[in-house]
Amino acid sequence: MGSLDEFTLPVRLYLNTYRWRRIDPVPWTPLRRPLAESRLALVTSAAFTLPDQEPFLDSLGSLGGDSSFREIPVDADLSTLTESHRSGSFDHEGIHQDANLALPLDRARELVAAGRIGSLNGRHFSFMGSITAPGRLMRDSAPEAARRLASDGVEIALLVPV
Amino acid sequence: MCNQTVSLVAAELERQGISTVVVQLLREAAEAVRPPRALFVPFHHGYPLDRPNDPARQHAVIEAALRLLEDPGATPPVLVDYTLTAP
Repeated sequence: MGSLDEFTLPVRLYLNTYRWRRIDPVPWTPLRRPLAESRLALVTSAAFTLPDQEPFLDSLGSLGGDSSFREIPVDADLSTLTESHRSGSFDHEGIHQDANLALPLDRARELVAAGRIGSLNGRHFSFMGSITAPGRLMRDSAPEAARRLASDGVEIALLVPV
Repeated sequence: MCNQTVSLVAAELERQGISTVVVQLLREAAEAVRPPRALFVPFHHGYPLDRPNDPARQHAVIEAALRLLEDPGATPPVLVDYTLTAP
């Protein structure tokens, strides 16, 4: 399973002293309508980009992490996505084989076809999850992503890290 | 860090009226950061929805996550362990 033991000793030492950002108070939006009537958006931290989008910054380009995000249209061909996640602390092979592992757009389309979910939003968001200094994420990009999804009428979201 | 990143984004979505569920791969991060609703999965980093090119197993994880959204008695923060049932 996912655990600190997967990481190299320097990474484990870093994480053992890292100050995780505690969400307090924890915000809460109850489900307003049945899932079968709700609009779903997906959010991944796998740093996927489309061919015409800028890749995410690497460690040299952004020491505390790149807090920007990319919009992935609902009709995107997952096989065209490029992954530019800067972390060397996980095996990237799985998401290279199948982007659904972290951005399950095909699975979401199947859920809509089966009637389990009402509809898919027109756009979904890709972040680069390796953000050690998340101030800008919390202040700017996460609220902006939320505003866009709220303005789209999104009611439920599934967020997948790597 | 990915676990924290999606949790912080989820919190902002909840503040703006969107119900969220996050997958989590690192228990230490899930317990410390406290996303509103989290499904802790027993997979290695890089494999949050189980196996690549295995729709059935990916659906099983997603379904478990969706059920967290449907629990009317849940109170935040919700952190539930995923039980692997697929062969």
